[in-house]
Amino acid sequence: MSLPGMSGRMSAASFSFLYRLPRILVTLFGLLTLTFLIGRVLPVDPVLSIVGPDADHETYMQVFHQLGLDKPIWEQFVLYLGALAHGDLGNALLTGRPVIEEIGRVLPATVELGTLAILIGTGFGVPLGVFAAWNRGRIGDHVVRVISLFGYSVPIFWFGMMGLLIFYAWLGVVGGAGRIDLFYDGLVEDHTGLLLIDSLVDGNWEVFRSAFGHIVLPGLILGLHSMAYISRMTRSFMLAQLSQEYIITARVKGLSGREILWRHAFRNILVQLLTIVALAYGTLLEGAVLIETVFAWPGFGQFMTHSLLRGDMNAVMGCVLVVGLVFITLNLIADTLYHVFDPRIR
Amino acid sequence: MTTPKLQVEDLHVQFASEDGMVDAVRGVSFTLGQEKLGIVGESGSGKSTVGRTLLKLHPRTARVNATRLQFDDIDLLSADEKAMQQVRGRRISMILQDPKYSLNPVMRVGDQIAEAFLVHYSVSRTEARKRTLDMIDAVRIRDPERVYNMYPHEVSGGMGQRIMIAMMMIPEPEIIIADEPTSALDVSIRLQVLSVLDDLVRQRGLGLIFISHDLNLVRNFCSRVLVMYAGQVVENIAAADLDNAQHPYTQGLLASLPSLDNRRHRLPVLQRDPSWISV
Amino acid sequence: MTATSSSLAHGGDAPRSHWAALLDNSKRTLRRILRNPLTTGGLIVIALLVTIALFAPLLATHDPLIQDLNNALKGPSAEHWFGTDAFGRDIYSRIVYGSRITLYIISLVTVIVGPVGLTVGTVAGYFGGAIDTVFMRITDIFISFPSLILALAFVAALGPGLDHAIIAIALTAWPPIARLARAETMTLRDSDFISAIKLAGASPLRVLVRHVWPLCLSSVIIRLTFNMAGVILTAAGLGFLGLGAQPPLPEWGSMISAGRSYMVACWWMVAFPGLAIMMVSLAFNLLGDGLRDALDPRGE
Repeated sequence: MSLPGMSGRMSAASFSFLYRLPRILVTLFGLLTLTFLIGRVLPVDPVLSIVGPDADHETYMQVFHQLGLDKPIWEQFVLYLGALAHGDLGNALLTGRPVIEEIGRVLPATVELGTLAILIGTGFGVPLGVFAAWNRGRIGDHVVRVISLFGYSVPIFWFGMMGLLIFYAWLGVVGGAGRIDLFYDGLVEDHTGLLLIDSLVDGNWEVFRSAFGHIVLPGLILGLHSMAYISRMTRSFMLAQLSQEYIITARVKGLSGREILWRHAFRNILVQLLTIVALAYGTLLEGAVLIETVFAWPGFGQFMTHSLLRGDMNAVMGCVLVVGLVFITLNLIADTLYHVFDPRIR
Repeated sequence: MTTPKLQVEDLHVQFASEDGMVDAVRGVSFTLGQEKLGIVGESGSGKSTVGRTLLKLHPRTARVNATRLQFDDIDLLSADEKAMQQVRGRRISMILQDPKYSLNPVMRVGDQIAEAFLVHYSVSRTEARKRTLDMIDAVRIRDPERVYNMYPHEVSGGMGQRIMIAMMMIPEPEIIIADEPTSALDVSIRLQVLSVLDDLVRQRGLGLIFISHDLNLVRNFCSRVLVMYAGQVVENIAAADLDNAQHPYTQGLLASLPSLDNRRHRLPVLQRDPSWISV
Repeated sequence: MTATSSSLAHGGDAPRSHWAALLDNSKRTLRRILRNPLTTGGLIVIALLVTIALFAPLLATHDPLIQDLNNALKGPSAEHWFGTDAFGRDIYSRIVYGSRITLYIISLVTVIVGPVGLTVGTVAGYFGGAIDTVFMRITDIFISFPSLILALAFVAALGPGLDHAIIAIALTAWPPIARLARAETMTLRDSDFISAIKLAGASPLRVLVRHVWPLCLSSVIIRLTFNMAGVILTAAGLGFLGLGAQPPLPEWGSMISAGRSYMVACWWMVAFPGLAIMMVSLAFNLLGDGLRDALDPRGE
């Protein structure tokens, strides 16, 4: 799709980005404040988590001072912000390693899972949505609607468990929990952190097969979940377009159904679809939290849940920051693409 | 007198609604040759439905029946979707009312016009582009090259409607249906657009069906007028003979038109007679 | 079927106020809703949920809390329709009583989120200016965050427990409703009829309550209905993670979590609670779909 005049729209896009930056920063700041407060309110005592319940008073106070918990709360916040500016998210309470390292360690697993899920979701969701819209009211539409209805009504963690039960425990066609069989762990070099790609790069078919066998079920389940959402939104957008006057014009010209569907209606929803996909990628994080627990997937979701349950403030805040950033970035990308692809927005 | 290109006999159209089937068109008959026929009526009279039914653009749940719905050698009533796709644009075309909505917002207007041509004639893209530029010029738009690359929201109402005319004329149809072509335009622009339409229809020897609610406009533009009320044709008369109209509805319409020559203290309001609905 | 004449001959009295119009529309909408079999199905399931919750003591076969270790981990049978759990408790009865918890969650969240969201949203949308900016910034924070994770954080901060879970869910659920109400209000605020009412001397309160709210109500209700489906899933998710209703309460999500370790051998511990959750969520989604189709019809 050639778009001369795109340079004009690019500058409009970057302008809108700058215009929106202050608002984004405010949101981010608000998010940080919120999570800082949450972090300080956690009922789990972080000092106890480190020193254990049998420590004496001195050790307790020592760690207490170390963590800076004796300072007034606003001072702690300022200190935290200062450290943040240097890219220092503090250290995870339990491992003592920098939070940023820990997050970097677990993020690729989630990214791999999420990307697979979104590919499935979009690859199946969009055509299904278009198909349903075109066949509105007929059996094809009903089938798609039922499938997608099922997809977002089912509790995802339960679905994961039933999947494991049926396909792993009873049928044995997929791998079990975790990313890979223990046997293969650490066999391939960590190029990207994405096992599927790393094993392919190394040409190690056994590892690839094991990794694939483990990712296919959680990936499919998450994929089904986002597919439900994407297909429903696609259908909705398409229906809105198909009732427009310009569709009648297209019919009057003698265009076939397929041409009208893809060349006219679909082109008009592209921008909205991009927004949806960006949002869906973000909401995958939610699903990831639950699915990673079910599948013992060593990813970001599991890391965050464990940190939360253990009262690891630094880790929690770091995670929240990352999630917020991801969401904001995705929204920004979607917004920018809006400007580039829709000629009406200047 | 040559056989008319379009023959409509006893056309009935019903739409599905929450309360059952609703009659939109009840027994309409007319013929069309190489002439300008006007169909006048108020909202709900069924005039637009007639136009759309000729191109089989009605919703799937609608019921269409006629003794005859013939265009040339094609029986429109029994034609399937594939056959209709050959007719639409290529042989019968339709100009819609409001270019703000009837043009694809994310496609350049030039490309939209070219597409209308490419659907029915397999030529190269350059050839199609050339023809499009010629067509844009034919509808009296200056600087066709620049306009080709514009998007619908960038053109004015009058220009947009001329682009619509260009788009519908470029595949060289034999009949044009104009569904309220000037109703969405400023009054000052209307005559310009109508003049373009008039010229092209005359130059190419087309048949025109002009659907409107504006009786004055139609009587001056068309040679024959069909007046519709409640889904039926209540008057089928030459435009020149309108003052001798027989049906009270037509007479009422004419009487309520303000006129500079015939100044009245009060314009009469149309009194509806329920007997007009049944025939 | 006799065909009616064309649209020219319709009479009818105009409704006398926005609330009267709303009532008229509601009746027509209900008829349209019931015409759709799927939506009616959803309504029936929800009605079933309410009935089961109300009559739980009559419908349950056993006491949901009494343990019977001799009968632990038994599969579905005539005695225990859905089998027993690790403590020998009857799963069917626990699911029946669990419906009360589900209903409790849904009702409380709706009662909080609906009015709060509507009020805050319409006020922000109507008055604009500083109020609106502050509102937008606050809701930005919530919207720029996946709701489960935020709810997770809230519950972790407040401590596990059913009521805390409800608060957390409500906290994450009100911003989208408020935003929706705000958007609708802003569309309406510049319309002629609002200006006319203001010229006639109506106070802002009157404008909002008598005129703006009835018009926003339908979209808010649709969104709330869809939200309920999500709320159920979020609540179940929190329960699964151990942050919702605490044992021995028979909350469906926590039942699944409890059954996890025995899942391979005792599938019934996990299957039935999950099915219950799914059915309720499905029902709300169906209802929401039907409501949306009925209130916002797009002709063929």
